[in-house]
Amino acid sequence: MTTKHAEVEQRAPYVGRAVDRLDGPAKVTGAARYAAEHPYPNLAHAALVHATVARGRITAVDTAAALAVRGVIEVLTHENAPAMKPAPALSMLNPSTMASGTSVNYLATDEVHWNGQPVAVVVAETPEAARYAASLVRLTYQESPAEVDFAAAEPNAVPQKNNPLQSAGADKGDANAALAAAPVRVDLRFTTPPHSHNAIEPHATTAVWDGDDLTVHEGTQNIAWVRQHLAQRFDVPARRVRVLSPYVGGAFGGKTMIWAGTLLAVLAARATGRPVRLVLTREGVFHTVGGRTPSTQRVALGADADGRLTALIHTSVARTGRVGGGPEQITSASRHLYAAPNIHLRQNLVQLDLVANTVMRAPGESIGTFALESAMDELAWELGLDPIELRMRNEPANNPVDGKRFAHRMLREAYALGAERFGWKERDPRPGAMRDGRWLVGMGVATAYHPAWQLPAKVGVRLTADGTVVVRSSLHEMGMGAATAQAQIAADTLGVPMEAVRVEYGDSDLPPGPGAGGSGQTASAAAALLAASHKLKRSVFALARHAPDSPLRGRRLDRLEARDGGLYEGSAGETYAAILTRAGRDHLEAEAGPGMLGFAAKMLRDRRNWVKAASGAQFCEVRVDQDTGEVRVSRWVGVFDVGTVINTKTVAAQLRGGIVMGLGLALSEETLVDRRTGRVVNASLAENHVPVHADVPRIDVDWLGDPDPTMPLGLLGVGEVSITGVGAAVANAVRHATGRRILDLPITLDKLL
Amino acid sequence: MRPFDYVKPADVAAAVRAVATAPGAKFIGGGTNLVDLMREGIETPDTVVDLGGLPLDGVEELPDGGLRIGALVRNSALAADQRVRGRYPMLSQAILSGASAQLRNMATVGGNLLQRTRCPYFYDQAAACNKRAPGSGCDALDGFNRGHAVLGVSEQCIATHPSDMCVALAALDAVVEVESVRGTRRIPVADLHRLPGATPDVEFELAADQLITAVELPPVPVAANSRYRKVRDRASYAFALVSVAAALEVRDGAVTAARLALGGVAAKPWRAREAERLLVGGPASEESFGRAADAELAAATVRPGNAFKVALARATIVATLRDLTHGGSTA
Ligand SMILES: Cc1cc2nc3c(=O)[nH]c(=O)nc-3n(C[C@H](O)[C@H](O)[C@H](O)COP(=O)(O)OP(=O)(O)OC[C@H]3O[C@@H](n4cnc5c(N)ncnc54)[C@H](O)[C@@H]3O)c2cc1C
Repeated sequence: MTTKHAEVEQRAPYVGRAVDRLDGPAKVTGAARYAAEHPYPNLAHAALVHATVARGRITAVDTAAALAVRGVIEVLTHENAPAMKPAPALSMLNPSTMASGTSVNYLATDEVHWNGQPVAVVVAETPEAARYAASLVRLTYQESPAEVDFAAAEPNAVPQKNNPLQSAGADKGDANAALAAAPVRVDLRFTTPPHSHNAIEPHATTAVWDGDDLTVHEGTQNIAWVRQHLAQRFDVPARRVRVLSPYVGGAFGGKTMIWAGTLLAVLAARATGRPVRLVLTREGVFHTVGGRTPSTQRVALGADADGRLTALIHTSVARTGRVGGGPEQITSASRHLYAAPNIHLRQNLVQLDLVANTVMRAPGESIGTFALESAMDELAWELGLDPIELRMRNEPANNPVDGKRFAHRMLREAYALGAERFGWKERDPRPGAMRDGRWLVGMGVATAYHPAWQLPAKVGVRLTADGTVVVRSSLHEMGMGAATAQAQIAADTLGVPMEAVRVEYGDSDLPPGPGAGGSGQTASAAAALLAASHKLKRSVFALARHAPDSPLRGRRLDRLEARDGGLYEGSAGETYAAILTRAGRDHLEAEAGPGMLGFAAKMLRDRRNWVKAASGAQFCEVRVDQDTGEVRVSRWVGVFDVGTVINTKTVAAQLRGGIVMGLGLALSEETLVDRRTGRVVNASLAENHVPVHADVPRIDVDWLGDPDPTMPLGLLGVGEVSITGVGAAVANAVRHATGRRILDLPITLDKLL
Repeated sequence: MRPFDYVKPADVAAAVRAVATAPGAKFIGGGTNLVDLMREGIETPDTVVDLGGLPLDGVEELPDGGLRIGALVRNSALAADQRVRGRYPMLSQAILSGASAQLRNMATVGGNLLQRTRCPYFYDQAAACNKRAPGSGCDALDGFNRGHAVLGVSEQCIATHPSDMCVALAALDAVVEVESVRGTRRIPVADLHRLPGATPDVEFELAADQLITAVELPPVPVAANSRYRKVRDRASYAFALVSVAAALEVRDGAVTAARLALGGVAAKPWRAREAERLLVGGPASEESFGRAADAELAAATVRPGNAFKVALARATIVATLRDLTHGGSTA
């Protein structure tokens, strides 16, 4: 008995352990229902018709052949569709106004803004009939001149404007003069291609109207935005819109905004009076959902003979759509990584007649670190210095552009641990010196860096008399273990076994959770969960404090420990169940989370004081075929500072996933946009080369595990940091293997022949 | 997808008849290419004649030591056949380098031979393509053509034939047997696919009503030392930028027999006869391999996007022959 008690007391907390995902069994048994898998009686199916010109007006619509297809219910075009309200104007006070993927009011206009824009929707009894009929809708256009060629438009880019969340540039000292005077310098121009979102689950919506009540099953990263945006577009109160999104088959930013498919499913349901399901074709995802901007970047570095930077210049050009999209923080890592006395950063933009760009895993940083970290590597070659040593010599004490304090900075430790695990000292620094048969072997490093974000969130916690804890918040579970992490935190803070915790999420009827973006969901929800749990303990204790027969009578809450399903001081105490039962309560509930204004004020204060970020050191080994230039990544080590690690299993998976996505960015992914027509030419998974298993080596990930003192529970976020630096680590390893510096992604073999 | 009639004939004679009497009919093997094209509205058959169930799925020994492969043998089964692996390793390797395990389990020999190009403009109804819509033009000429052909091209079309299997078959002098209401015909694989010329829509030396029943492999002793090398944009599940099927016999430093075919460079599997001619009798040296490759590639016509293919093809030919000279290192 005593031994058992002691064991329980010493039980390790759940946070920091490898815990299986709570949603795992439902997913592997097929019980989990995704947005396109909800059956409804009388369900109809919709398919999109995409424009085939980049810009112009629809002058004629012929739907006769489509309507003649057996099973077709309706063909909606701008000539007959009920109008939605236009997309709202951007307002900093209402973040859901950022939710519009584009500003186009689909089917309420004859205007075409990009090649692939949805211009008609077919609703039919079966998906097959809808798709076939969609192929028969004939549209005639009057074309107008369109600008679709990024390379041609790029010289005309204009400076991006600053906004409170994102700086468009920075200046310190005189970087141009310092560069000109530097004894050692590199000045390089990089390009990166557009990337398209390719989550395994294509965007899908099931929409059901009941009078003015709307239910939407949707895979989304922002339930609150979907609800508010649909309410606004369809002119019903938000409380009448219910959004259900318990399972999301991958998102990576592609399901943050609201895109045409969602709107048109809801519109089609409204117009036909039927529940409607709309699943984008894979091609439809390329045509209607934004992706990562292409970029051109210049990075110029000046250094003294010891490798101390004297100048750092990083400028970029990105593109948005003319009808949507936004800047990406391409030069952001250059604000934080190196102690240069003279810095010039500037982001520029062009607008093109293409589908709007949108956030994609580490928007900006993923491609920005490619340029910056490639240039640092090249500088190391110029100096004849080890690239890790060069970075250590330029490791800043404070944030380089403005002298703010770092909340947490452990890049030295990350590099030290990574170098050891990788075997960096085995590297022969001479290019081409390491070989394995026909393969040239190269090793490269690069720094990973991603800002830590916190978003407003509300979380409710309910304690029932049977000892069950229910955590309630409209969190987004895209497969990364979001709900499992909150269950671990709740179990620890309330002192209950994880089996007693249930997490309710993915439903707009729950307290509004944070959006799943900026790698901030877990930290944001944790802050509210901890506050709600604290409130809850206070209410429970209030029930026991005056109860004559409670062992807690007369004690103080701050002396009590939550454990074993109750509150205890030493061996005195009792279970929550006992307290609730005595008080005749079947449950107690508490909710916490900041208001919007308070949150914004705190965030701005915080950002004035601190620079917060996750970071890491990426180590890559490549093999380059001496004859054909084929590049294979053969080994990877990533060591990250992500603050507290809640679930070692899911964190490792997330970090690895980011690296895998980065391998695609480095070696193979590129959305080809025809410069004559603005059409995506490789809109399929056969021709758009995301990495396959054979491209992915063993990936060794580790973390430093030191909590960030300024973030909830010490969390810095793990979703995005690990894709940053990957492109450069690969390019730097290729440089080592072959002596060739590749400036243009992806590093395909033709660039190495 | 456009609605169609579905027929499942009981035997080869019925299959051939079914197509002869229905002009808009198409055979279907594994369906991995035809169904995709039907979904895209590029193939629009009125009738689909399902070959599944016809007794054309065996691999038999021929009296001369060759093999007769039924047209319905699945790609995976053929690649796994011990006789193929032993006598014609390049063929097994070629098949295994194609598509994915799932696709190879469905795909048939007949379907693989007649699969159509992966040119993205061919696949996109919104683009101009002389192969899909004769006379509409070719968007690939001045568009994205990194994957396109450099040999045997025309001003009408620069698409490639994407098959890996066919490259090995061409190198091995395989012969296709076809059946129609008019009788039986034999066509060398190397002559089965047509170069585009002015009619890129006519892709095969085959009438629409001709059923492929088998592929015959003659004995090719040199093929015991052969390999297939595929170069592509990712390690698996991508079409060839360039591929090489090669067999080599070397005695006392001299090449005594050679087979060479290229994939990813033309509208057909490209049998490199000029290179073979130069190789045989010459030294088994990199210089000699390079000269043979150069001679074969001299006629290349390139575009900015695919100019690298000439150098890549040369390098891949030389590397593959070098490997075969040294007893073949692994891929
Ligand atoms: C994503 C993807 C990747 C791929 N990657 C590769 C690759 O890397 N390398 C590669 O070589 N291939 C690749 N393929 C193509 C694959 O090899 C072909 O789809 C397959 O071989 C076709 O065989 P099938 O039996 O499925 O043909 P089907 O789709 O059934 O038929 C194809 C054509 O052949 C005709 N046909 C079929 N059988 C006969 C017959 N017996 N007689 C006359 N006509 C017939 C049909 O009418 C049709 O026109 C890929 C395919 C996909 C979808």
